[in-house]
Amino acid sequence: MTVLESPTGTAPPAPPTGKDVPTRKQSFTPAAAFEMVGSLVAAAATVWVIFALAGVKAPFGMGVSIFLLFLCIYGVLCWRLHGVLHMKDRLALVTIWSVSLAALVPLVSVILFVIIKGAPVALADFPHFFYADMSQLSPTGSVTEVGVGAAIVGTVEQVGIAMVLAVPLGILCATFLVESRSVYSRFVGNVVDAMTGAPAIIFGLFVYLTWVAPHKTNGKSGFAAALALAVMMLPIVTRTSQEVISIVPGSLREAAAALGAPRWRILVRVVLPTARIGLATAVILGVARIAGETAPILFNAGGNNHYNWNPFKGQQDNLPLRVYELIFQPSASAIRLAWGASFVLVLLVLIIFVIGRFIGASGPGKRRLTFIRRSGGSTDDGV
Amino acid sequence: MTVVDRPVEAHEDVPAAIPRSRSLADRLFQGLLSTSSGVVLAILLSTIVFLTVRGFSALRIGKLGLLTDPIWSPDSHHFGMGSLLIGSFAIALVAIVIAVPVSVCLALMINEYSPKRLRPWLVSTVDLLATIPSIVYGFWGLELVSNLQAGPAEWIVAHFSFIPIFRTPTPGSYVDSVFACGLICSLTIIPIVTSITREVMALAPRDVTEAALGLGGTRWGMVTDVLLPFSRNGILGATLLGFGRGLGETMIVVLVLSQGNHVTAAIMGPNGLGSVAKEITENFEAGDALAKSALVLAGLVLFASTLVVNSIARVIVERSEAKV
Repeated sequence: MTVLESPTGTAPPAPPTGKDVPTRKQSFTPAAAFEMVGSLVAAAATVWVIFALAGVKAPFGMGVSIFLLFLCIYGVLCWRLHGVLHMKDRLALVTIWSVSLAALVPLVSVILFVIIKGAPVALADFPHFFYADMSQLSPTGSVTEVGVGAAIVGTVEQVGIAMVLAVPLGILCATFLVESRSVYSRFVGNVVDAMTGAPAIIFGLFVYLTWVAPHKTNGKSGFAAALALAVMMLPIVTRTSQEVISIVPGSLREAAAALGAPRWRILVRVVLPTARIGLATAVILGVARIAGETAPILFNAGGNNHYNWNPFKGQQDNLPLRVYELIFQPSASAIRLAWGASFVLVLLVLIIFVIGRFIGASGPGKRRLTFIRRSGGSTDDGV
Repeated sequence: MTVVDRPVEAHEDVPAAIPRSRSLADRLFQGLLSTSSGVVLAILLSTIVFLTVRGFSALRIGKLGLLTDPIWSPDSHHFGMGSLLIGSFAIALVAIVIAVPVSVCLALMINEYSPKRLRPWLVSTVDLLATIPSIVYGFWGLELVSNLQAGPAEWIVAHFSFIPIFRTPTPGSYVDSVFACGLICSLTIIPIVTSITREVMALAPRDVTEAALGLGGTRWGMVTDVLLPFSRNGILGATLLGFGRGLGETMIVVLVLSQGNHVTAAIMGPNGLGSVAKEITENFEAGDALAKSALVLAGLVLFASTLVVNSIARVIVERSEAKV
């Protein structure tokens, strides 16, 4: 750690006053703001003149040039005025803020773009888009004639079946992993860990090869898609539940054991209830992630323009799949419909996400995930 | 459990052993737990084993040609996976090269530089962005980003073509290149890498960071001398996890990447590398038996790569926690 020399040009320390209040260093003074804005204006003006003289029209290149020149001017200015350490500090401050904002702009624009492009389509004839099916779909037809009702039904049923299959198994397995510390359980834990980051398409491929292909003509169904989602969800739910269960305080278990409770009652009556809110959050955020997956269901759901309420028989539609299919249709109205379907999809995922966060933010058992047990690159649950 | 009354010998002061008799319910419950763990293990392992078996049948037929053939073209029976695998890795690499510096900046901004009141909002925003389906990112990228990046990409190709990766043999459209894909993938990776990095940085001992500031160091000095060295391993692990995620990214690549099928170093411009996920998505169902097994093998190699990358990442991250 290098220690600052007293920077030139600052006032001597204030004489001690009677009161014992800590002096707060003001990090951003008007003078500093003036230096920054001045450098920015200088850089912008210089670049603008150069670009105008050279006759170049490149807004992106201009932006980058202005930023780089601004860093140079500001750096030299701070170096001459305040010294090297201050220069580094200021430059770092400017860079970190600029890069962060530059990153947040496109990220937030995804949501805005979906709303701007999708909401007019989805809300045009309000509830119609949410319950109509795609049977009237034609390249020339109006976007208000069709809807994603069938796709919503498919997504809800498939994700529901996947949940029923994966969640109890995942939570039981997580309990086992927390309770038992054998070589075997560590092996299971490692396999689960490794699988959380596996490419989604692999799960689709696996279910296609083991379920859809052997069934010949009627293999594609909502259930097949649900199987793929369940296999994908299993490691995610197991990993996050294990995390949640393992942070239940040991003192609670010990207290229950000291009162003479058998192990199964400790788990069922003490450990799982304590962790229930964390578990609910883990499951819901896992569902939010699964609901938007396209790759696992691509070969397995089949897609359907009409309503199919029976997930076990016949092809079924699905929201992400519907978006995918609409994007590849060569008409402009299909692209608009794809935005509408994306809007509904994002809305669905958002609702699930907000419910998950809302539950997670309330009551006891509120969890604090540490990064390490967060399942590998793919769980997107928050803290 | 019943309280056992057992006579304690007076002269020896040893604790009475707790009887390990387990009731029937207890054993049933334990059985349920181990069975469920067995089922989970069986499902996950069978994925790996099944794909391995199916993939190796392609290896038996295709022999080494699968790896050495520079062209992937099932129609003319060229099953060189090189292009697909290199393409998948190149996309993930481009994505991670863009995403990691940005994520570290974002994590520093949220943890150290942003006003305290804003922090929960920023954290929620980043988490929310990680939840948005990748097909939406892909669609948005296709409609917006791939066009926006075409101009700068063309400029880079025009001025930096002395660097092999920026050279393109067939100038033309720049909207559907490996670079465009990597750029859009980086946006899906940034939220994940950011939230892991942020959590690692939050674990840095507060007393040390405050001591650094208290000694008169600048905030940047504190970041470079305390925060970054402390969270180095965590950032490395996050990078690898992000890389694994980029490798497995499917929908963005399917939507954006042009049909490429040969091995090349160029990442910009049309007609270049392919991608495993894209090829499986688009050509698996229609392909003949040989093409199918070749695709399964390609998928298996991709799968194995992500497993290795993720396992290494986890070891690194776990080591970094040991220092806490």
